[in-house]
Amino acid sequence: MMRAESRAGPFGSATTPPTEAHRLPLSIRDLTVAYHRKPVIWDIDLSIEPGKLVGIVGPNGAGKSTLLKACLDLIPRSSGEVLVYGQPYAKERKRVGYVPQRESVDWDFPVSALDVVAMGTYGKLGWFRRVDKRCKALSMHALERVGLADYADRQISQLSGGQQQRTFLARALVQDADIYFMDEPFAAVDAATERAIVDLLKELQGRGKTVLVVHHDLATVPQYFDWTVLLNMRVVASGPTEEVFTQENLRRTYGGKLTLFAQAADEVVRSG
Amino acid sequence: MPEIADIWNVLFLRDYNTRLVVISTLLLGCASGLMGGFLLLRKRSLMGDTLSHATLPGVGLAFMLAVALGGDGKSLPFLLAGAGLTGVLGCAAVLFIRNNSRIKDDTAMGIVLSVFFGAGVAILGMIQTMPEGSAAGLESFIYGKTASMVMVDFQILMAVTLSVLVCSLLLFKEFRLLCFDESFAAALGWPVKRLDVLLLGLVAAVTVAGLQSVGLILIIAFLITPAAAARFWTQRLDRMLLLSGLIGGASGWFGASLSALFPRLPAGAVIVLVATVGFLVSMFLGTERGVLLRWLLQARLQARVGSQHLLRALYEILEADALEGPLRIRPVPFRQIRGRRTWTDAELRKSIRGAYQHGFVEALERDEAIVLTERGLAEAAQVTRNHRLWEMYLIEYADVATSRVDRDADRVEHILGEQMVARLESKLQTYRSAGSLVPQSPHPIRPGD
Repeated sequence: MMRAESRAGPFGSATTPPTEAHRLPLSIRDLTVAYHRKPVIWDIDLSIEPGKLVGIVGPNGAGKSTLLKACLDLIPRSSGEVLVYGQPYAKERKRVGYVPQRESVDWDFPVSALDVVAMGTYGKLGWFRRVDKRCKALSMHALERVGLADYADRQISQLSGGQQQRTFLARALVQDADIYFMDEPFAAVDAATERAIVDLLKELQGRGKTVLVVHHDLATVPQYFDWTVLLNMRVVASGPTEEVFTQENLRRTYGGKLTLFAQAADEVVRSG
Repeated sequence: MPEIADIWNVLFLRDYNTRLVVISTLLLGCASGLMGGFLLLRKRSLMGDTLSHATLPGVGLAFMLAVALGGDGKSLPFLLAGAGLTGVLGCAAVLFIRNNSRIKDDTAMGIVLSVFFGAGVAILGMIQTMPEGSAAGLESFIYGKTASMVMVDFQILMAVTLSVLVCSLLLFKEFRLLCFDESFAAALGWPVKRLDVLLLGLVAAVTVAGLQSVGLILIIAFLITPAAAARFWTQRLDRMLLLSGLIGGASGWFGASLSALFPRLPAGAVIVLVATVGFLVSMFLGTERGVLLRWLLQARLQARVGSQHLLRALYEILEADALEGPLRIRPVPFRQIRGRRTWTDAELRKSIRGAYQHGFVEALERDEAIVLTERGLAEAAQVTRNHRLWEMYLIEYADVATSRVDRDADRVEHILGEQMVARLESKLQTYRSAGSLVPQSPHPIRPGD
């Protein structure tokens, strides 16, 4: 009994009862991250319920990628706590899938699309173990799901930008996670790939997975995501898209810069 | 000049000393080729350079320490341990500067490399003035002195090569992911920093082990060149590493053998030159990314595009004739084709030669007019049809188009499917002229000459 209580943290009982925090795929409290003496995101409080397709939206430099990386322990946190299914990330890694930004790697690297996808099995494979037939079959299946079965043996520089992005998605699928973090999967992809990705996201959601997506294009937010987090160094709003994605909130997120955009988005919401 | 007997002796390693040197250098080549592959892909090639230069003060300091402790200071393992220590320290300094300031990698490496090397030269200078120092011959670490290699060198190289081999085999998947996508590896919970240190440690071991034979200035070539050469031949990491190790080993063996035959040639330099020959050959002849291959593919593409332009121009000229009747093949004057596009006489004649070789056209009246053959007409109709369908597709489906357009496909249907093509065709059909075999262009074609 004592243990269960202490695990929920000193402030656990004040905001959410411990049992619920255990079930939540992601709960963030008081998260602050600073680079070079300057805080990039501060006092982030966020709870994501299971089965949600979450769009994280905000202007350039708002700290969207930073938020994602801080959740995954990729950058040091200045303060605060991130719990994945009620546990620190390090304990629940195997339930988490990650899609980094496409530009973060060198696509000239001498590996095939299948090799890249197979990297998704590395986490469960363990040290020194080689990629075996079962891993290859899993990876091949994931490539099929993103429509790249014919490209398995292609060196990755010979794929188009959209195909490279889908390769990254296939790698995350192979991780067979319960919650996915995706950093700008829609950046600079062709419309066919965008549609393929959206279908895939909805399919994941249909299977009860939780997906967090850093997203750039305001116009498609209401169409793609049922939950929206508006971020500009702090959380401006977080909630069901139809409630949160309002002109007022967008103005508070983007400032005066994007009034036109905000109006357009508001119309989209109202008509939808 | 060496005699046949000398060559024979070197080739079959008859002489004990030659055998020792050649086999040691071969091992060094394999190990550095293998590690160089990872270093290249981790984009740390110049880190090897910093590391090797930073070994020099370590050699001097180890010598001084050994003398102070009462030894003669020439114990090789002791000197190399010192070298390794300051080498790794140099790398740590680069990483420290990079992580804690806004100074970029290249600047940090430049600073560290020169400071450490300078300190090394100063320390060696001080040693020269010591009574025990004059005979030490520590300068040979700078340029390498293969002939001075002894059994201990061989043993050290053997140990280093084996550990490099075992680590690369065991940690192949780990190193691969580290080099390709560090943040994904970190998200999986891998100790990325420790893997990085291990990788750098192995490179340091290879560098230090190579100080005696090629010296600290040229070892970097031994690390980078075989790996860069191997990259031209393959798109797979395992094959690249294998090849890189082989090229390195071959350069070491061949270079050391040459140096044994011509004792005046310094082995380090010869080895590097041999490796460079391997690099140049790979760069031009490499079957995956070689320069010649690239030129060949480019030329082939140019020729294909040129021939398609010619056939389409001919077809459109005939099509314009056939506004009120069936399409008829007739000779087309060179001047008329010349006016269809912005192309030079030379470009056009080249395309005509290509089409002639394929049997698509016949030349008439000393090349002043050409005529399509039956086969050429069929091909021209096909090319024109594909072109127009793709054009229509780009106009109608601009959002998804670019990833699908493949102008070289024999038939558009293979890419877009029958249904889509039928729709595009019906859109084009409205403009169709009486005699044309293909749907009309979606934009007006400017009249020939």
